[in-house]
Amino acid sequence: MTFEELRSIIADKFGAEVILDTKADKLQPYLVLQTERLAEVCLELHDNQQTYFDFLSCLTGIDNGPEAGTMEVVYNLYSIPYNHSLVLKVIVPRNSTPEEPMPQVPTVSHIWRTADWHEREIFDLVGIYFKDHPDMRRILCSADWEGHPLRKDYKLQDYYHGIKVPYDDHNENNGFKSEPPFLTGIPTPFSDKREKPQ
Amino acid sequence: MDKTGEGGVVITKLDDLLNWARLTSLFPMGFGLACCAIEMMGAYASGYDLDRFGIIPRASPRQSDVMIVAGTVTFKMADRVRRLYEQMPEPRYVISMGSCSNCGGPYWEHGYHVVKGVDRIIPVDVYVPGCPPRPEALIGGFLRLQEIIRKETIRAPRAVQQIMAKRMNKEGMIKDESEMKNMEANRDQSEGDVRQIPIA
Repeated sequence: MTFEELRSIIADKFGAEVILDTKADKLQPYLVLQTERLAEVCLELHDNQQTYFDFLSCLTGIDNGPEAGTMEVVYNLYSIPYNHSLVLKVIVPRNSTPEEPMPQVPTVSHIWRTADWHEREIFDLVGIYFKDHPDMRRILCSADWEGHPLRKDYKLQDYYHGIKVPYDDHNENNGFKSEPPFLTGIPTPFSDKREKPQ
Repeated sequence: MDKTGEGGVVITKLDDLLNWARLTSLFPMGFGLACCAIEMMGAYASGYDLDRFGIIPRASPRQSDVMIVAGTVTFKMADRVRRLYEQMPEPRYVISMGSCSNCGGPYWEHGYHVVKGVDRIIPVDVYVPGCPPRPEALIGGFLRLQEIIRKETIRAPRAVQQIMAKRMNKEGMIKDESEMKNMEANRDQSEGDVRQIPIA
């Protein structure tokens, strides 16, 4: 089934207003959908006998940066029996400070189970909240990590559980300090810069 | 023997015996974090056969003498590494294997998730450079550690010294480092540089 046919199936079923934008001339043609209606469109594409998108190949979160002020989630759908594919996209406004609420996108984890961990990864690294996800928490970073590392304006935290995070002045100020060389009596040809007085 | 003036003949030999026993049966913790662990396994296996040095991996930190930090230490893993180290009985040693655990390696600048050197968490005795180090390099690290252990003495156990120093520091009994140095020198003047490690 071609991209145009797939587009008209969605437009006929849900009305033309559900498709905000169509990019048919791209290398990977894609549809931009209304964020609120994403889940029902996906469910139809999954269940419809003509489309039967039984496989979610990839789920990607993108931060377009503070200037653009938007974030995107890209869905690469694939139908194994029909051997056709479709790219869907939703674009949401971006929160610029951690105090503002995160952008929200409806979950598709009840349609494709593989979306469960993908959505958790996007939540962890990019900071997009997936509504109605059964287990929306961090998957890669530790639970008490601050910030979302793959955001364009991400700032490294200075300390994590008392461990200095950045590399700066590594030899001068970091490293283990409680066993000074005058205690162990092990001479070294290198001066121990870690013992720099505070 | 008379050099020590403390009936050194027994002590010295006991030291040697203990050190010999310790350094020829180093039990590392069976524990690997990343690709360096593959080289570590290669070193354990028949090709390089660490068993001939008496080095056999143990399944529990409570039964092991040395921890090989083989691979990238992430912040998520840092708490676990520290806890495993604390569970090991004294005397305990740490070999930092590979660039990642030495200083952060390729993640030193942009790796938000990597601890920039495992020595920010636990004290390290031997650093083995490489990315990853070959099994020969790890064996070299073990030989270096054996030299460190060979020079130890039960009359100045490092762990007890550390605890004493910490306590005295806390109580304000030691004013500065020079005073500590003098104290050390007085205690050790008879045995000279018994704990000195020659650097190759």
